[in-house]
Amino acid sequence: MRVGTDLDTIVLHIAQVMISELKLEDVTADTFDPDIDLVDEVGIDSMDLATVALVLRDEYGVRIDEDDYPKLTTIRLISEYIQRKLAQGPESA
Amino acid sequence: MKTVSSLLDAHWYERYTKISKLNIRSSIYDVTNRCNLRCKGCFFFSSDEHKVAAEQMDIAQWGSFIDAEMARGVNLAILIGGEPTLCLDRMEAFYKRLPTFCATNGLIRVPRDRFPDMMIGISLWGDEDDERMLRGKNTFAISSKHYAGDPYTYYLFTITPKQIGRTEGIIRKIRDVGLKVHMQLLSNDEGVSGFNWQPAELIAIRSEMDAMLDAYPQTVISSKYYHEIITTGTMLGRPFGWMECPSVTQPMDHRQPPPKRLTNFIRWASDLKTMHRCCTSETRDCKTCKDGAAHMSWVMVNKRAHMGTAKDLQNWIEVYEMFAKLYQFLPW
Repeated sequence: MRVGTDLDTIVLHIAQVMISELKLEDVTADTFDPDIDLVDEVGIDSMDLATVALVLRDEYGVRIDEDDYPKLTTIRLISEYIQRKLAQGPESA
Repeated sequence: MKTVSSLLDAHWYERYTKISKLNIRSSIYDVTNRCNLRCKGCFFFSSDEHKVAAEQMDIAQWGSFIDAEMARGVNLAILIGGEPTLCLDRMEAFYKRLPTFCATNGLIRVPRDRFPDMMIGISLWGDEDDERMLRGKNTFAISSKHYAGDPYTYYLFTITPKQIGRTEGIIRKIRDVGLKVHMQLLSNDEGVSGFNWQPAELIAIRSEMDAMLDAYPQTVISSKYYHEIITTGTMLGRPFGWMECPSVTQPMDHRQPPPKRLTNFIRWASDLKTMHRCCTSETRDCKTCKDGAAHMSWVMVNKRAHMGTAKDLQNWIEVYEMFAKLYQFLPW
């Protein structure tokens, strides 16, 4: 499934995926701060990120390299990463 | 949404930030199938793990293998056996490349000119009587001479039910030789008579472990939450077992639903090809497994589960700090 690829849409969609996949409580896609540190503040670890990455791969056709996980500390950074990969075309994605 | 900073005050938050990005990725390596002791209750020999693979004898192959391990992200090598110190060249191949911990019985002194700051954990199974009964000799008398005052060595005190009421004497002896100690519980893989834990004994030893931590905070590396987890076998109401264990070799882990686990963890046999199922013997009943590192890791990989209350998160921090100290990611 392809979803909207403008940055705001990606941000909202990733927030929704995180809430759903990681069963985060007391937060909605709209209230999820895209700049909050997912590791330091939300408590997300690499396994959580791998879970989310699998869903995003199916939905955007973008593979997130495990080596890049440490850099992807916020929803905004993940969104920009995906948008960049999409812009680079299917080979990089 | 509960966040870390909303749960912690400044003191705890500072402690949290020192560990939150450590990203420890360990794997375990059987350095050799041989040992200079035969201990009753040793999982390695009781489950015949020493027979599953022929040792790789070519030291160059060890080097290549370790390079490949680092390439897949391992940043902590935990060396076990058999007795690793029987193969110093293999240990050195690890130590020269990445942070390395060596579990040893302490009968052979690791030369500090070759391994100046490698963390060493010396196994100890009780007082003199228990050591003689289970291991055939009083290893403390030897190991304490080898390592007295060594800043990169601690005792891994495996407590047996026979030790209830007697742990303080052992901890004092360790303190008096200038070393530190971490406590864990015997799983008794060989079913040695009188060494299986009974519920009342687990309650008693938890209380005693707590008291030792309070009385000897400079000597005992531990946390009361770890004592709770290891003696009750439950964490946040969840029982430990196969479906919860974080220390299963990743390529052999087909559990569904997948539990929280150590990323890329593998326990390798000494042929450097064969994998063991988990960090201990696969003949062990996971429901009664008392492996200390597995229980610590169980807590560590479940950070978000510990974000329900400030106390839960503080417990998580203490266990993570304990692990990080034991493996030299934080100073004592």
